[in-house]
Amino acid sequence: MPMLDIHDIHTYYGNIHALKGVSLTVEEGEIVTLIGSNGAGKTTTLRSICGLQKPRRGSILLHGEDLVAYKPHQIVEKGVAMVPEGRGIFARLTVAENLDLGAYIRRDRRGIQEDLEHVYGIFPRLKERTRQVAGTLSGGEQQMLATGRALMAQPRLLLMDEPSMGLAPLLVDAIFDVIQTINRKGTTILLVEQNALMALSIAHRGYVIQTGEIVLKDTAANLKNNETVRKAYLGIE
Amino acid sequence: MPIQKEPARRVKPYQIIQAVTGIGCAGYLLYRLYTVLIGSPTYGTETWARFMIAGLILGSVYALIAIGYTLVYGILRMINFAHGDIMMIGAFGGYFTLEAAKSIPAGGSNFSDAYPFAAVLAAFLAGVAIAALSGYFLEKIAYRPLRGAPRLVPLISAIGASIFLENAAQLLFGAQRRDYANPAVLTRGEGWTLVINGAKVILPYTGALTVILSLLLMVALYMLVMRTRLGRAMRAVSENKQVAALMGIDVDGVISQTFIISGALAGAAGVMWGLHLGLVYHFVGFIPGIKAFTAAVLGGIGSVPGAMLGGLFLGLVESLGPAVLGISFQLKDVIAFGILVLVLIFRPTGIVGEALTEEKV
Repeated sequence: MPMLDIHDIHTYYGNIHALKGVSLTVEEGEIVTLIGSNGAGKTTTLRSICGLQKPRRGSILLHGEDLVAYKPHQIVEKGVAMVPEGRGIFARLTVAENLDLGAYIRRDRRGIQEDLEHVYGIFPRLKERTRQVAGTLSGGEQQMLATGRALMAQPRLLLMDEPSMGLAPLLVDAIFDVIQTINRKGTTILLVEQNALMALSIAHRGYVIQTGEIVLKDTAANLKNNETVRKAYLGIE
Repeated sequence: MPIQKEPARRVKPYQIIQAVTGIGCAGYLLYRLYTVLIGSPTYGTETWARFMIAGLILGSVYALIAIGYTLVYGILRMINFAHGDIMMIGAFGGYFTLEAAKSIPAGGSNFSDAYPFAAVLAAFLAGVAIAALSGYFLEKIAYRPLRGAPRLVPLISAIGASIFLENAAQLLFGAQRRDYANPAVLTRGEGWTLVINGAKVILPYTGALTVILSLLLMVALYMLVMRTRLGRAMRAVSENKQVAALMGIDVDGVISQTFIISGALAGAAGVMWGLHLGLVYHFVGFIPGIKAFTAAVLGGIGSVPGAMLGGLFLGLVESLGPAVLGISFQLKDVIAFGILVLVLIFRPTGIVGEALTEEKV
């Protein structure tokens, strides 16, 4: 059984039919990427999974249990964390408070402390800025904070929405390295990206979404060599 | 790169009006202060002391109520205009508790006079509990179904809830003003006597109780917001509800708890109002409610320290203002609301001036 099994979901924004029957699966331990252009439905897919935008039809099974009936905060408790689009850090709270909120659902103080050290180990820059108000961080630091905060929930499935957005190329490399590290330590990842080349170079499998529908699915390596993908998303003739 | 010319800074007409009004007000205030304090003093030190005492007591009640406005605004970006009526409900809770305590015979007299500490504690607990409960249901019934509607809609619902609560109270308890039955040791108007300038200045027991208790409650609330898990969740929800939900925070639950806390503080304020000023009736929450709203805006709505400062400041201004400006004490409300207008013109963010983050959807 796949860890996450999305079957034929239809999600609407008012009258706008944003997802027209999206199906995808993520196996335990994988990095799966969902690529597509602006407005194709990438973010909407993630928002449907974590409960922020409920699909009107279809099912989202996590270990066989349908998530559609649950509220966002209940879905977090089932082991799904998200690094939202635009990072969504709490700008008026300190770095430490942001990280604490990541572990909001947990009560094991020692485990939280260990994970905090772990996150500071991955992102030493955050450790230097513990007491700083998060709104004053640079874009790259905010992305680190959003990623670290999601890790504090000890998710089994991590949803990442455009982690490379607005970052300098060097930082993008660093963030993607971290994504791979997190994955090797056992967290399953569903990665949404516009930077298709980067995403496909670290993912195991990929899906291509276009105007609310999955048009292609294959291993990352195959997608990278696929004619249409190369033309449409990688900018390679 | 071509050097860009710095555009000439234009002074906008409204800035000129602002500056003129500001300097005018400040100048007049200084002139009046000089007149009443040095030029031709109307009042002696003892009278100023009396004004200050009254202002502090009133201000600490305003501050407690103002916190409720600011907490709810911070989390829902709406003004809970029924908040003053929650205070009224709290005042009634305390009133009936004290009435009951007066009617139970104990220790030769009645329970209230024999065990004043227990009676007052019970009054506070009852007032706080009923007000907190009312706050909880108010949100559930009048605001929650309108979540996601345009902002004007819950505002109108709040005004409706306010009218409903006032009328319900009138229906239940009648329209007459009732006298709060304080325990004998807390008789209104009695207190420690200070001698200033050879004149007696009374520091009322009920006033001291009000100031001390509200300061304690404010410190407790501040700790709750800044130091606890719930406080952190409240601040997260106030900044971004969706991301807060992604942290596993039950947003609706936090909103409910915010209304419970706001209601509890208003309830405590209601009992203090009753103990110190004595009269309760169905409309008793209206004026303090609006004043506290003014105080919250004055301090910077959305900011907890701002509400505390704004409340104390407004209380003092109301009680000192008429004397300083040399106008009738009947006009103290004009001063309070005049300040609201001035704040909205000159510093819409209030004293503390917390920048309002743009609402993220």
